[in-house]
Formats: sequence, C-alpha cells, structure tokens
Amino acid sequence: MADGLKLHFDVDGTDFTVAGECSSKVKKTLKQLGFDPELIRRVAIAMYEGEINMVIHANGGTIDVEISPESVVVILKDTGPGIPDLDKAMQEGFSTASNTVRELGFGAGMGLPNMKKYTDKMEVDTVPGVGTTVTLSVIV
Amino acid sequence: MKVKDIIDALNLKVSAGATGVDGEVSGCYIGDLLSLAMSSLKENNVWVTIQTNVNIVAVSVLVEGACVILCDGQEPDDAAKKKADNEGVPILSTEKTAYEVAAELSRLGV
Repeated sequence: MADGLKLHFDVDGTDFTVAGECSSKVKKTLKQLGFDPELIRRVAIAMYEGEINMVIHANGGTIDVEISPESVVVILKDTGPGIPDLDKAMQEGFSTASNTVRELGFGAGMGLPNMKKYTDKMEVDTVPGVGTTVTLSVIV
Repeated sequence: MKVKDIIDALNLKVSAGATGVDGEVSGCYIGDLLSLAMSSLKENNVWVTIQTNVNIVAVSVLVEGACVILCDGQEPDDAAKKKADNEGVPILSTEKTAYEVAAELSRLGV
C-alpha cells in the first residue's frame, strides 16, 4: 500500500479557544479528499473529544493523523497525569473534570465513551505520571 | 427556510456571525452539554443553548449546524463572537426561554 497522507498538530493545553481547530482542519481535508460524510462526522467528533481531553486533563499534546484509502487513524499523545482507572474513565458519566470545565459544557464523562462509540477501534496506552496515547481508527 | 427567516420571525438579536444568516435551516436540538450536543446535532440544525463560550462555535462548525440560539438573555463571550465572525456561524440571542424558542420554531415548521 502506498503511504497515506499524514498530518501533525500541536495542541495548546492552555487555550480553550483553539480547541477544535485540529479536528476542524482534518474534517476539511477529509471532505476535500471525498470521504463519506458520515465517516467524516465520526472522525471529527472522536478527534474533537480527544482534543478537548488533552486541554482539560493533560496540558496539551500532539495529534498525528494518517489518512489512507483504507482507514483514518488518529493518534493523540500527551505527557499528562495519565488515567489511573481506565475502566472507570470508559464509563459514561464518570468524570474528573473541574467545576470550571463543567461550566463550559464539558466534563459530562462522555469524552472517552464518545471516542470509542464513533470509531471502529480505540487503543489507550496510559501510564500514571507519564502520559496517555490514544489511537483511534476508523475503517473506510 | 433560512436563518434570517428565523431571526425575523422570532425577533432575535444577531450577536455574531452575521455572514451566515443565508444558511438553510432544518431541525433543532436543545442542550448544554457539548458532548451530547455534538452527538445529536445534525447538519443545518438550529442549536438552542445557554452556553456562551467559544466551544459552541467549534461544535457548530464541526456538525455544520445552521446557527446557535442563546436563550434566557445570554450573550456570547468575546472569544466566541470573534470565532463566530471568522467562521460565519450566526449566534443569535433572545430573552425567550428554550421552551418558548422551540415552540416558535415548531410553529414555523423547522
């Protein structure tokens, strides 16, 4: 298989105002490439949740997106505090977000569950105190 | 029906994103939790909420919504206004409650 298109983003962990810009750019790229609108929607929502998680919990990080005719893979990598109890974090409604974050409309405990719901495969590699890497794959 | 038709019919104030008022409108979603809104909003939907921060614009762009209506007298914050202007996402403000807005949208056939 030929190499797909690769995109790289740095997510600023201090600025809520730019959250969503990476997923917006990926969405535009996928649109230009002619991907199915429903697939684009799934990728955009899952990636946005990941982006927001990075800002809320991990002081930012990086996102790499690999686009090929077969799949769209999004790798979200941070050096934040890690996820102490991944099973709990995967439950809808469980959240460790601050009240400030909740007042902004986040912190409903749907980030990771939504990322899983909207992708075909989700892998979470997390080490407390070291960081978290989430790999999301959507099959075309 | 277009966003500007709703603005006229409900007497809404255009707080930002005026360039998007010619967009088509179809359907409505009401809610303040962004993750839920993102899942439920469909293309060209009106989104009724009391959230005023910049992330409402990011979500609206992501789902390709028609506009955001802030009810109960809420106004977008400065960052939201700026982003809405840049993206052409109309943010419309009203003193009406979410229920009143929904009832009027329903009467209009949205």
